[in-house]
Amino acid sequence: MTGQSIIPSREKQLEMLQTMLKIRHFEMAAGQLYKRGVLKGGVHACIGQEAIPVGISAHLHRDDYITSTHRGHGHHIAKGADVRRLMAELMGKETGYCKCRGGSMHVAAFDVGSLGAYPIVAAGVPIAIGAAYSIMHRGSDQVVVAYFGDGALGQGTIYEAFNLASIWRLPVIFTCENNYFAVSTKTEATVALKDIPGFAASFGIVGKRVNGQNVLDVYNAAGEAVDRARKKEGATFLFFDTYRFEGHYFGEPEIYRSREEVQKSKDELDPITLYIATLINSGMISKQAIEAMEKDCQREIDEALAFAQQSPLPNPDEYARYVYA
Amino acid sequence: MSMPDKDISTRKLSYLMAIREAMQEEMRRDKNVILFGEDVERHGGGFGVSKELWEEFGDQQVRNMPISENCMAGLALGAAMTGCRPILEFMFMDFSALAIDQICNEAAKIHYMYGGQTNAPIVYRCPQGGLSYKSAGAHHSQSLEAWYVHVPGLKVVFPGTPYDAKGLLKAAICDPNPVVFIEHKALYNNEGIVPEDEYIIPLGKADVKRTGSSITVIAYGYMLQFALEAAEKLMPEGIDVEIIDPRTLNPFDEECFFESVRKTHRVVLIQEACRTGGVTAEWGMRIEEECFDWLDAPIVRVAGEDVPIPYAQSLEEKVWPNISKIIAAIKNVCYFN
Repeated sequence: MTGQSIIPSREKQLEMLQTMLKIRHFEMAAGQLYKRGVLKGGVHACIGQEAIPVGISAHLHRDDYITSTHRGHGHHIAKGADVRRLMAELMGKETGYCKCRGGSMHVAAFDVGSLGAYPIVAAGVPIAIGAAYSIMHRGSDQVVVAYFGDGALGQGTIYEAFNLASIWRLPVIFTCENNYFAVSTKTEATVALKDIPGFAASFGIVGKRVNGQNVLDVYNAAGEAVDRARKKEGATFLFFDTYRFEGHYFGEPEIYRSREEVQKSKDELDPITLYIATLINSGMISKQAIEAMEKDCQREIDEALAFAQQSPLPNPDEYARYVYA
Repeated sequence: MSMPDKDISTRKLSYLMAIREAMQEEMRRDKNVILFGEDVERHGGGFGVSKELWEEFGDQQVRNMPISENCMAGLALGAAMTGCRPILEFMFMDFSALAIDQICNEAAKIHYMYGGQTNAPIVYRCPQGGLSYKSAGAHHSQSLEAWYVHVPGLKVVFPGTPYDAKGLLKAAICDPNPVVFIEHKALYNNEGIVPEDEYIIPLGKADVKRTGSSITVIAYGYMLQFALEAAEKLMPEGIDVEIIDPRTLNPFDEECFFESVRKTHRVVLIQEACRTGGVTAEWGMRIEEECFDWLDAPIVRVAGEDVPIPYAQSLEEKVWPNISKIIAAIKNVCYFN
């Protein structure tokens, strides 16, 4: 199927749009909570990057695995995580996925195959390799998606993981979300690779650069990669160009880029706006139906907020629970 | 599983063979127990501990790794969270430093950080220490247990005899938590009674290696040998030494320490590792907090010097504890008054 563009069914396409909207609304709600002082600590939004996990997860089964990053809410929602439990985790409540021992940077949803968010940059990648090893050991047809950002390209474990994935032909999809900034540092200032996806070829791994703002491009690239992994034909490296519309975290001063640059990206590179235009042009959906879909998403996020607000705080006497299994 | 009486068994096994047998039994019992490490296949790992295991279990359960310690530890964690029970051999404890992110930041915290959704049943086998491996220098001789004892979520085990090595390793492999299992390189050829019948020694239980009434000596790893020899030498002088081996360094069996101290009223703590920030500092403090009124003398430590391990034998011997330093410390504490 290499090179051929697959058009997903209308049902699949609308589902992808809905999930992108759900992520956007979730992140915007988190931003509001941050502004009101309800959320503490680092909250890293993926607004602008929604198409990547959505286009990938469209090919994943519930028992396929992902490892995520500090910018992980979208990865989890796309994989099917319950937004109520995610919101409760952000808001410090016992009903959160991790009973709020984790928080925004350490969310995990093992019920839908997330092996967790690893905010130590690149730490999730060798862990993904381990899950892929386990799949090989069991002989199942699951696959693993290892998410990381362009900042992770400076970590040696990335290259160690590529090496092992190739040696053992592990069913893994290395997924780099290149939003061009590692906090404030531009990728080209710290990554010497001239052709980033090209380095994978030296490991015998297929590498591909993909427009991460076009969910159909993501869908197609991910389809090939997931297919390759399920057939035990080896790992794939997908390098997605994207852009984050928020700072590195909510409240970050963003002195490294101009407002004009951000506005231009929002105007030209918003994956949701672009996708809606495509869907309307192809007659798959009407403007009214999109409005209804947005309302549905907003309602779901409002319900998640209410659930989180009404949930109890963790009992302080249980501070030592879960240190040992 | 009942505890076989080690006193009626006569089978002798080396510390190395006891460790191999523990792995072999657990790998036969559960095919998800997998040994990963550098050269662990035909070569048998850094010290030959896993020899013959690859021949019996094949690639399915014995896997050579590239020299990528942090990736290897991450791999073990990912595999552990998805149904495997990895045993990871670091060729030398010193090399585990490359994997501290995956051991301490990830595996140790995974059960807590994710609110009990997952756990990490991993054993990190770490050959460490100096002494009979003389002149191995700064990167192949360190005693690093204190680094790992300081991390909540990890268990740290350090057997001093073949019997303990086998029983504790089997417990570590079955444990649902990440366990740093330290092996002393100079003990590999030491022989001791290891019954043929299967047994497990629960983690977190100390063992009184010698009962005595004059003083409590707490020693572990290779230092246990020195303590036992020192005790024999002190008998004619009327000093009857009680020796406790904690065996598990985290969680450690403080009740066993306290019970002995309440009996003897005197304590010497021994560690091969350099003094500052060592585990004996913690133990001494706990004893002081709980048993201050029972003590007849200050608590004294015998420890390695606070230097990198040097190469020259004349320097090396100066750096480590030895029997005469231990005897001097015990006499000092017993004659205090």
